[in-house]
Amino acid sequence: MSRQTPQPATNKRTGPQAGLLTSLGQNHARAFFFSAGKLTRHPLSSLLTALVIGITLALPAALHLLVQNMDALSFSWERTVQASVFLSDDLSEEQGRQMATRIAEHPEVEETEYISREKALAEFRELSGFGAALDLLEENPLPAVIAVQPVATASALQIEDLLKELSLTKGVDSARIDQSWLERLNGILIIVQHIVQALALLLALAVIVTVGNTIRLDIQNRKAEIEVMKLLGATNAFVRRPFLYTGVWYGLCGGIVAWLLLQIVLGVLSGPVRHLAGLYQSDFSLSGLNFEATVLLFLAGIALGWTGSWWTVTRHLQAIEPK
Amino acid sequence: MATGQNIVEFHGVSKRYPGSGDALDRLDFKLGHGEMAFLTGHSGAGKSTFLKLIALIERPTRGNIIVNGVNLSQLKRHHIPAYRLGLGIIFQHYNLLYDRSVFDNVALPLVIRGLRHQDIARRVRAALDTVNLLKKERAEPITLSGGEQQRVAIARAIVCKPFLLLADEPTGNLDPDLSLDIMNLFRRLNEVGVSTLIASHNVALIRRMNRRIIHIEEGKVMSDAIPGPVPA
Ligand SMILES: Nc1ncnc2c1ncn2[C@@H]1O[C@H](COP(=O)(O)OP(=O)(O)O)[C@@H](O)[C@H]1O
Ligand SMILES: [Mg+2]
Repeated sequence: MSRQTPQPATNKRTGPQAGLLTSLGQNHARAFFFSAGKLTRHPLSSLLTALVIGITLALPAALHLLVQNMDALSFSWERTVQASVFLSDDLSEEQGRQMATRIAEHPEVEETEYISREKALAEFRELSGFGAALDLLEENPLPAVIAVQPVATASALQIEDLLKELSLTKGVDSARIDQSWLERLNGILIIVQHIVQALALLLALAVIVTVGNTIRLDIQNRKAEIEVMKLLGATNAFVRRPFLYTGVWYGLCGGIVAWLLLQIVLGVLSGPVRHLAGLYQSDFSLSGLNFEATVLLFLAGIALGWTGSWWTVTRHLQAIEPK
Repeated sequence: MATGQNIVEFHGVSKRYPGSGDALDRLDFKLGHGEMAFLTGHSGAGKSTFLKLIALIERPTRGNIIVNGVNLSQLKRHHIPAYRLGLGIIFQHYNLLYDRSVFDNVALPLVIRGLRHQDIARRVRAALDTVNLLKKERAEPITLSGGEQQRVAIARAIVCKPFLLLADEPTGNLDPDLSLDIMNLFRRLNEVGVSTLIASHNVALIRRMNRRIIHIEEGKVMSDAIPGPVPA
């Protein structure tokens, strides 16, 4: 009679209990490693799932890198922007040089450089690779140019005014700064960025569904085990825990796979990109994921894996009861 | 309601499964603290249903069941896990888990309770010692004989020191010698104070146990008595 307890719930206190936190920690650690063990029992199917998740995660990450690199590229071009003042052929080299010195006195101008027709031709021959084609021409088609480097603080409007003034100067054919394509590129980049965001959202859903589906099959395969555990007094939370950790493992492994895929792609591309940049006399090189973005990628994998398994487990676990 | 002496009380309990007759029909029953009783009867008599009602696998259609002072009809769904922790259940279709060792199987109820590693190891070994399987703790269940597997299931049921042990046909597919071993094991557990309720259709075997036998027929109690000594 003395053994009787008024509420079965108090049976929980049997045996020496560790501090709540220690035992909670042990419970989670147990579920964490147990679920890892489960995954390594079927390495091939686990790996395939991680690969699918990895590819899904790698796609938006790769597009993000593309935007990041194109942005950096256009930024570096913006900094080195130059105005070109094309001189009329009537102007002598002497007059051209004088004009260059005069333009350099403008407050918005950092420096100028006079490029004679011969020098322009030589540079073009060297950089464009069209040397042989130029040889076919009887005379030099290129005008003399004054390259104008605006001061870094000059606003677009000031540069615009300067160009207008220069183009009206006697002996100048035209003055222009070819920036409109930069603006177009920026516009495109903003659109691409939005596409990347929308795509990332869709692909995040795809990861959730992938993990959810894998866990759903896992739950079905382990139905008998779940029933046994519930009959032994396991709560829904207890049964759910290893499945949630399985989802976390899938997400983390998927994140690692995505990171590896990106490293491979970057490795393959970096050589050709550097070569191409070299052709344009640029020291541009591909940038990869920085530390923060890498952590974010892994965290996104974990969060999506957890969400996918949580979503499935809450829908399917309650229905499994001992019969 | 005086429930102090009894670990289980059935008051006018009926159970009807959808689309069939009454599996149990207005049943009254009491099991005292520390008592051991056998449920017997033909197949389909309602023995399993009886035990499932106590384990809250099924709910009665009518009547009240009081276990350890708790009226089960008032127990909310989310209290069921805590309630089951106090039971030791050995049911046929709730086998061992074949993806883990004997030790891990027996440890499961303790893991569910969130005990510490050291306590788990100590209590698992004590339970395995009771069923005489200490040497097999590292074995995979599939490599054990039927009798050994049943003993592992018993160890799993008693490892949490339940206030009530429920067994449904625990000797179902065992040969007579092993069956006797298992029943003797239950009797030894009962001798140290575990209240026990066992469903078995093997009348010859349970008559040798010298314990109360409740004969059920079509959901009703036909007889309820401790048999006299078995003629040799
Ligand atoms: N889940 C169920 N659904 C419908 N009928 C059932 C179910 N379980 C048992 N029964 C019926 O209830 C009666 C009692 O079954 P059971 O308790 O399993 O008897 P026993 O264990 O004595 O063989 C039988 O007629 C059986 O067909
Ligand atoms: Mg039965």
